[in-house]
Amino acid sequence: MADTAEAGALYAWLSALRAAGELPAVAEIVPAARTVLLDGAEDVPALTALLTAWRPAAGTGPQGPLVEVPAVYDGADLAEVAALWGVSPEAAVRIHTEPLYRVAFCGFAPGFGYLTGLPERYEVPRRATPRTAVPAGSVALAGPWTGVYPRSSPGGWQLLGRTALTLWDTGREPAALLAPGVRVRFTAVRPG
Amino acid sequence: MSALAVVRPGPLTTVQDLGRRGVAHLGVPRAGALDEPALRAANRLTGNDPGAAVLETTVGGVALRTLGPVLLAVTGAPAPVRVDGRPAAWGAAVAVPANALVEVGPATHGVRSYLAVAGGIAVPPVLGSRSADLLSGLGPPPLAVGTVLPVGPPPALRPRPELVPLPAPPAGLVLRLHLGPRADWFEPGAVARLARDRYRVAAASNRIALRTDGPPVGRARSGELPSEGMVLGAVQVPPDGRPVVFLADHPTTGGYPVVGVVPPADLAAAAQARPGTPLRFVLLRG
Repeated sequence: MADTAEAGALYAWLSALRAAGELPAVAEIVPAARTVLLDGAEDVPALTALLTAWRPAAGTGPQGPLVEVPAVYDGADLAEVAALWGVSPEAAVRIHTEPLYRVAFCGFAPGFGYLTGLPERYEVPRRATPRTAVPAGSVALAGPWTGVYPRSSPGGWQLLGRTALTLWDTGREPAALLAPGVRVRFTAVRPG
Repeated sequence: MSALAVVRPGPLTTVQDLGRRGVAHLGVPRAGALDEPALRAANRLTGNDPGAAVLETTVGGVALRTLGPVLLAVTGAPAPVRVDGRPAAWGAAVAVPANALVEVGPATHGVRSYLAVAGGIAVPPVLGSRSADLLSGLGPPPLAVGTVLPVGPPPALRPRPELVPLPAPPAGLVLRLHLGPRADWFEPGAVARLARDRYRVAAASNRIALRTDGPPVGRARSGELPSEGMVLGAVQVPPDGRPVVFLADHPTTGGYPVVGVVPPADLAAAAQARPGTPLRFVLLRG
């Protein structure tokens, strides 16, 4: 795909086709940064023809559900990220809460969504040394992506803050709050 | 309903069924028995549904006490089976009374033995599967001393005796390889050499991947590949150039180029290959 947005549009289209019962043999549809993986295709020539004929729709494309993520912006790397951006920590919070994000894909851990939406000029590197334990709910940045750690795990992303939301719950449908296609807005809240 | 209490868990024993499907887009690995034909055989022998949960051991076997009468069968890696110290059959249904000690000994060859009980291991399913996923920690944790495993109600089917072939010690592991999707990320000639060169199964192999020792596969392109979806059997080549064959607990996305994909039918043998086993890849055309 040309970019993450196009991969997201193709994923949404394929998911709708499968929901309508049109891709019975496909066990998995896995979006990623620039690709969509179909696992379990039965009639490969027909599927190839279908995919070749596909064009991204003009305009905004399919709209996933909107999730608001209230976050306390007191992350260990907030000052460093603000310095990389050449702004104050307060301005960095405004920059991060401004965009409407979209979950491009999941990976790294169940329910860990890679969110796209932050303007390219705000890309930041991963930390040189990953932390051995990043707390669950940490709102973080790396490269072009924003993510929220669904549970405590090692991690190399820059930590901006934290949310009290439960990102991953296997008793919920879907288990991932930030599933591919979901649109996300971060809001800054006071600790408490 | 019966149950099994763990007396000795062995080096690594997990609950496995056919795995979690349909949730890879949420970052959930498929998990499931690495040697699927062995899982299916054990379930047929005990009259279970093909996807009933069983125990998967790793080289060292397992010891359990029955808390009620059970019908069980051991398949996969051949291993001595004992009930209260007396030899019992491998690859056949064995009726075991309550309060008996069931021992699956160290595998004589191969890596993973499968112990099925009629009714299946009835731990609660997570996202449609009872499998332990060791990459992300979903499903029941590996067995520990004292773990009590519930056994489901006996299946309505009468178990059918069958002859389970006793696997011979493999001289070597041969994995077929469909090239792509990122074969063009490697040096010209590197892919042809991959089929000529001799590898060995590396000691770091686990449920996530079979790792290899051997000549590195040279990259033609440097830089990172944007993360893309991964399938069972995908052969990823990390920066050290040693091919890594993804098994059931593989991550759902990854950023190292995939030179080819091993067909699922070859992965049971991969699951039974011990570290040091000679390995070669055979390229499939088309």
